[in-house]
Formats: sequence, C-alpha cells, structure tokens
Amino acid sequence: MRLEKRPTPSKAAMVAAPLGAVLFTLLVSGLLVLWAGAPVGATYAALFKGAFGSLFALSETLTRAVPLILTGLAAAVAFRARLFNIGAEGQLYAGAVAAVAVGGMHGGTGFELPMYLLFPLMLLAAALAGAALLLGPALMKTRLGVDEVVTTLLLNFVMLLLVAYLLDGPMKDPMAMGWPQSVALQGDLELGKLIPQTRLHTGLAVAVGLAVALWLLLQRTVAGFDIRAAGANPRAAAFAGVSVTRTVVLVALLSGGLAGLAGAIEVAGRTSYLTLDMSPGYGYSGIVIAMLAGLHPLGVVASAIFVAGMLVGADSMSRAVGVPNAIADVIVAASLLSVLVASLLTQYRLRRK
Amino acid sequence: MSELMDILANGAFWVAVLRTATPLLLGTLGVLLCERAGVLNLGIEGIMVAGAFTGWLTVYAGHGLWTGVLVAALAGMVFGALHAWLTVGLALSQHVSGLGITMLATALSYYGYRVSFPKVNTPPTIAPFEAMDWLPIPILGEQTALTLLALLLVPLLAWVLMRTPLGLAVRMVGENPQAAEGQGIPVMAVRSGAIIAGSALMGVAGAFLTLSAFNAFFFNMINGRGWICVALVVFASWRPGKALLGALLFAFFDALQLRLQQSGDGLLPYQFYLMLPYLLSILALVLVARKAAYPQALMKPYRKGER
Repeated sequence: MRLEKRPTPSKAAMVAAPLGAVLFTLLVSGLLVLWAGAPVGATYAALFKGAFGSLFALSETLTRAVPLILTGLAAAVAFRARLFNIGAEGQLYAGAVAAVAVGGMHGGTGFELPMYLLFPLMLLAAALAGAALLLGPALMKTRLGVDEVVTTLLLNFVMLLLVAYLLDGPMKDPMAMGWPQSVALQGDLELGKLIPQTRLHTGLAVAVGLAVALWLLLQRTVAGFDIRAAGANPRAAAFAGVSVTRTVVLVALLSGGLAGLAGAIEVAGRTSYLTLDMSPGYGYSGIVIAMLAGLHPLGVVASAIFVAGMLVGADSMSRAVGVPNAIADVIVAASLLSVLVASLLTQYRLRRK
Repeated sequence: MSELMDILANGAFWVAVLRTATPLLLGTLGVLLCERAGVLNLGIEGIMVAGAFTGWLTVYAGHGLWTGVLVAALAGMVFGALHAWLTVGLALSQHVSGLGITMLATALSYYGYRVSFPKVNTPPTIAPFEAMDWLPIPILGEQTALTLLALLLVPLLAWVLMRTPLGLAVRMVGENPQAAEGQGIPVMAVRSGAIIAGSALMGVAGAFLTLSAFNAFFFNMINGRGWICVALVVFASWRPGKALLGALLFAFFDALQLRLQQSGDGLLPYQFYLMLPYLLSILALVLVARKAAYPQALMKPYRKGER
C-alpha cells in the first residue's frame, strides 16, 4: 500500500470528508450500542433529541459549546503554528483562578474599582494567566528544544493541584459548608442571559465573535501570515524573514489567552464560583474540536456545537435507554481519527503496490 | 532531617519505590522502543487504561492472572496496530494520532466498564499477584513476578537493540529511513512492528496496576503515569539502562513525597508534594534537552520516494 498525492483535491470532497467520517463513526459505534443491549435507532434518536430536540436541549448544548469553542480556538491557533499546546485544560483553570481573584476577592482584600474597569480587568487577568502558563513551555521549545507536548501536558496536573490547594486554603469560601469551592464572583460581574429561563449566556456571543476575529487575523494580517507560514514550513518561513521564535511566542499568548478566557467566561457565565470539577476535560476536547474543524476558526464553532451536542445528548440518552453516556466520548474520539483519515484521502490516493 | 533518615532506613520505603517504579519502567521501555523506530506514541496514557481494564476484566471473568497480562498485552497491540496504520501507513501527525488513541482507548475502557457493571458503585475486586516469597533477595522478594519481568526486560531490550540485526534495523529506521531502505530493510514493517511491540509493553504496564499494585479497576487510575513515561524516555536518552535509573529515581521522589505527606510535618500543603513528580519531569526534560540525542527521524513520517 502506498500514498500518491492527488493533483487537485476537489473542494466538494474536502467538505464531504468530515461529514462522511462522522457518519461512518456513528455506524461503527452502533455495534457498541448493540453490545449494551439497546436498539441503535432509538438510542441515536434519544441522543439527538437530548442535544437539539427542544429549545431547552439546544440552549444546554450551546451553553456547553461556549468553553469548547474557546479551547478549540486555542488549539487551532497553536496547531496552525505547529505549537502543540496540549495544556488548554490547565490554562483554562489558570484563567478561572485569575478571574475569581480579581472578581471575587474584590472588596474584601481592599481594592475597589468601578464595574466598567473591573469587568475588563477580570477578563484581561484571566487571559494573561492562561498565556503565562503557556509561555514557559513555548520558550523552552524555542530556546532549549524541549518538546512542548509533554511540558504542557504535565503542567495541567500541576495547575489542577494548585487549584486544589487554593480551594483548600486561600480561595476557599468560608460560607460553603466545607465544600471545596471558591468565593463567588460579585453579582454584577456575571454575564447576562441570552435566552431567559435557560443557562445560555452572552459568553456565546463573545466566543463566536472571537472565532470571527481569529479568522480575520489569520487571513488578513501580517501576523496571521507569519503564523501560517511558521506552521506550514518553519525553515522556509525563517528564510523569508519570519522570526519563528517571535511567532511562537505570539501564538502562545493568543492560544493560552483564549484558553484562560474560557475559564473566566465559564465562571462569569455559568458557575459564578470556581470548583475543582469545573471542566470535564474542555481543554482536551478543544484539541479534537480543532482537528475536526481542520484548524479553521469558523469550523471550530460548528464542531464545538457537534461535540457539545454529543456530550449533552448522551446524558439524557443514558437516562432514556440506559446506554452508558461514555458512548459520547467514544463517538468524539473515533470521529477525530476517522476525520483525519478522511481528510488525508482527499489529498492522497491509496494505491496497492 | 532525622525524619528523612528514618524514612530512608525503612525497608518498606524501598519496597514501595520498586513497586512504584514498575509500571513506569514497563511504559518507558514501550515508549523507548517506539521512539527508537522513529515514532512518538502519545497513545500510551490510553493504552495503559485499556491494559488495566482488559487485564482486570479477564481475571474477574475467571481466567488466570497471566492470561490477564496476556490479554492486556493484546489490547495494547490492537491500539498499537491502529497507531502504526495511522502514522506509518498513512503518515498522519504522530502527535494527533497518539492523542486520538489515548482518548479512544480511555473512552472505550470506561464504556466497557459501564456496560459490564451497569449498577455497581465500587468495582469488584480480584485476587492479585502474590509476592515472590521464594526469592531470597530482600526488597525484590516482596515484589510480584511482574516487577521481576520488568527488570529482566531492561537487559533484554538493551541487548536486542544494541547487539542483534533486528535491533540495528529498528535503530536505522529511527535514524535514517532512506538509508535503511537502501540496505533492503522494510522500513514500514520494522516501524509498525516496533510500535505494536512497544504498545504491548504499555498494556502490561497498565495491567500491573490492576493485577499487582491494586486489585480492582478505577477511573483515572493511570492519572498521568503514561505522560511521565514519555518524559522519562527523554531523560533516559533512549537507553533501557537509563530508563531503569529514571523510573527508580522518579519512584523514589514519588514515594518520598507520600511519606513526607503522611508524616504531616506541616511544612507544605500536601498538594505541593503531589506536584513534585510533574515538576521533576519538566526539570528532567530541561536538564537533558541540550544534549538530548533524539533519534534523527523521530516524528518524521516516511513516504517512499519522498524526502
């Protein structure tokens, strides 16, 4: 078996490939549903109904999509420049810690600011905290040649332990009856609702806005060109005068900042305080979402809604037909691998020797 | 200080060190074999979960402990074959394929657990491997046979890699696949074989946790051990002997933090002791980075006739 490059990959195939791959995944995952002893059709119907079947289901899916869009964008911009940031999970928590530090400790620790300053300060602090956590691995990569995959991964564990310590001590809410949760944000800092009576908040508009902004940045600006050039061919980019080190640092700030914002928006929009289980792996899901979207910022929005739908729908499906909700993670992971294969097949032809 | 001496003088401490080192050693040898052939395998974290789950399920279903180990190895080989097809056959990104396999293997294991035990809150236990009482060696005698197996694999893998034609072929496809092809070495087959064999070791590393260190399967029981193995391979400069040294050093600090935490000296909150292993891994990566002798073709896909 060998690969042969197709002269002109067709546009239609490039769009059809991910859709076909997801359909293929759902077919294969049907075997797992049968193993659990449930009818495949009814299970998938319950899954999609639980994700998109009512205004409430849709609002829950979109609420879940907000942090996923942001971590997806964080992964997409980093992977574009071949900075393999696997640390969005830790960066998200760093952002949440910073947001609570600015917006919750306020008053008690003595600094008073008007709200129109405090709110942007909270978001800025979160973005900076996330960026700072990625800056170390990015510098270690460019200066010392340390593979950033392992360092960013390991920092996730460090960050989670730090959060556990903070929720046990300095940031613990004394009124929380011993639960490890932080003090709450001031009410005025919480994001408004997009649809009354649901949990969907204005963070969705922020996330979609940032996706459009990132797309424009990548397509229309010199910095965006540098990022794409550094990712496509670092040597050629360096030869053309693009500073790869500077680009990687810029990308680290962008990527870590987006993941940090995900933490702040999740706190301000949904929970209003920080807990240790705030993110069920949003940082890791962001990687899948970015890959499903072919690293395209606008595609990230669509694939985040797909993944969020699977996760939300699986919970109500699990209650309805009794298939374990872990099936959602199987579908998402298997979709990633089959989309990778499908998009390869749009560019290469498989030939028998 | 005297407290530290007390800990170090205690035999039980060193038994714990060797026990903690065993899954790290098995996993590190697995990653090492893959990387010597030029392929990064970030599937390790998920493959260890799959090994832990399938090995435990096999023994729970009434089969022998060694059958459980074998099934765990086979589970590793299945995911290894998938990684080989994606990275060697299709030349996809090794980073992304590995992460995808970690997610898939973890999700499948959790799904399989839930389907097998729908209403169970505490997982049922099995009778794990027993200590090798018959072995008249102080600390080793208190370990199980899987630890002995892991230790014996170190010289075996070193000998195969450095002294046999097969090992030469593995190293050549990891250093310079074009040249290897020229020598008539089937690059794709050697790389795939190394990934599948390495992944089998990762499966056994996971099974050690459910069949020897503990007696049941828990969610999150691998808890980053796989990623630490990836860091340990760099620390070991891709040498089996140094991998043993790294795993022991690492396990030493891990066991030490556990004891210090239990002794409750109140010096630091316990979370900071738990951070130590991860921070040490990063430090190890930084320290050896300058002289790291990466296999030259690591992470570079090989396509016939393309450069």
